[in-house]
Amino acid sequence: MQLSRNKEYSNREADERASNFEIDPADIFWLDFYCSFFSFAGLLFISAAGAGEPLHRDLQPLPRRARQPRCGIFSTFGTQRDGNDFHAFWTEFEYGATAWWTTELYLDGQTTFNESTVFTGFRLENRFRLLQREHLINPVLYVEYEQITGADKILKEIEGHDGESDLADSNAALRKEHKHELEFKLLLSSNFKGWNVAVNPIVTKNLLPSEPWEFAYAIGTSRPLMLKASPNRCNFCLENFVAGVEMYGGLGDVQSAGLHDTSHYLAPTVAWNLPSDWTLHLSSGFGLNQNSHRLLLRWGISHEFSGFGEAVRRLFGGQP
Amino acid sequence: MKTGYASFRAVQRIGLATIGGAVLGIVILGISTAVAQKQGTATDKKKESTYAALAEAPEKARQRKNPFEGDPQAMAAGGKLFQQHCVECHGEKAGGTKKGPSLLHEEVRQATPGALFWVLTNGVVRRGMPVWSKLPEQQRWQIVAFLHSLKPESLDSHSGSDER
Repeated sequence: MQLSRNKEYSNREADERASNFEIDPADIFWLDFYCSFFSFAGLLFISAAGAGEPLHRDLQPLPRRARQPRCGIFSTFGTQRDGNDFHAFWTEFEYGATAWWTTELYLDGQTTFNESTVFTGFRLENRFRLLQREHLINPVLYVEYEQITGADKILKEIEGHDGESDLADSNAALRKEHKHELEFKLLLSSNFKGWNVAVNPIVTKNLLPSEPWEFAYAIGTSRPLMLKASPNRCNFCLENFVAGVEMYGGLGDVQSAGLHDTSHYLAPTVAWNLPSDWTLHLSSGFGLNQNSHRLLLRWGISHEFSGFGEAVRRLFGGQP
Repeated sequence: MKTGYASFRAVQRIGLATIGGAVLGIVILGISTAVAQKQGTATDKKKESTYAALAEAPEKARQRKNPFEGDPQAMAAGGKLFQQHCVECHGEKAGGTKKGPSLLHEEVRQATPGALFWVLTNGVVRRGMPVWSKLPEQQRWQIVAFLHSLKPESLDSHSGSDER
């Protein structure tokens, strides 16, 4: 009888775990294996082709070099009132197909403390430079498709009426919501006397017909700590550091546009570009109203792979 | 047993998602290859176009003076920046590669600092030369100073040496 009850409990627990999409620590190895293998395979294929230079990311200090993929690991630690704090993380694989087109794949996951670690979906983004030459304002069109669950907490953008309370539920409850969204941004940036100023109006549409168009914004400015480069190769030269500040938040949706029931963040940022092609990013976002998380601490590390495309092309017998 | 199965299902879903990502990558590969082939079929034409871009610089831009003209520190800094940002396409010794033209070419050497600065700032996007406007203006001038420091002797000894 006791055995039967234990078995029943075990089965129920198993079903619950299945529905919660939880991952045992022992399976982390396989998670890493799957993610790394298939992502690397995808990257390999992407990198085997193409010519030119990726576009510049908004608010990002340095341009990309030709045919060099960039991989990065980023994370957001967020505080959560009426719930558990969380640590969301994502992996980025970026490649510049041409000098005017950059494509990028994101894989998202998160750990909610005292709950579970879950994979929350993927995003595929493309950026297109609209003008050939440098102008006072340089527009880049950004199109992203995302297939994520409601448990996604990377909070790369805050859209519509998104707020802290949306993420207060358990992972089990949040992951029942599935989002297939298209996101459009117009990345407007301007460079003046070493300062980069960027304004991004954002429009998002959940592909469910019943869901409204949502609006958001991100603005920011940044500047290298030193505009002149020093003659020597160095890690700690001031020109390698870029400091700035960002502000981002939601602007409601088509049914109720405006600032009511929206959340907003102000975030000082710093990036450290090492000569070895590694870049470290750090940003601490402070919630500006009651709908916002008190703190969103972001950090990340990314690397550009010199000569990667050429190496892959040679591997497949192509001309260097 | 069932817990293990649940975990397996979780990992399976992650696998499916990443396979989806890889498939999308392959699609991008196809499009990217097509674009690359279109762009890369005439390397010489590309190089000519890149040099032609120097002539497209407006007169006002062409007349701009390099604030670091003759400054050895700026040349050294420009050399460092060149190594960081330019060698991938233009080669270690600026002699050019399949991706980018030689910067030891007569047309580059004869170009005014202002014209070189203009091309660096605006790029030749259609031909694969990126816009470098996010590098601070001073650093772009330092690169121009470095390019002008490349002597005719180095032209003789290095020209085409990076061509693979």
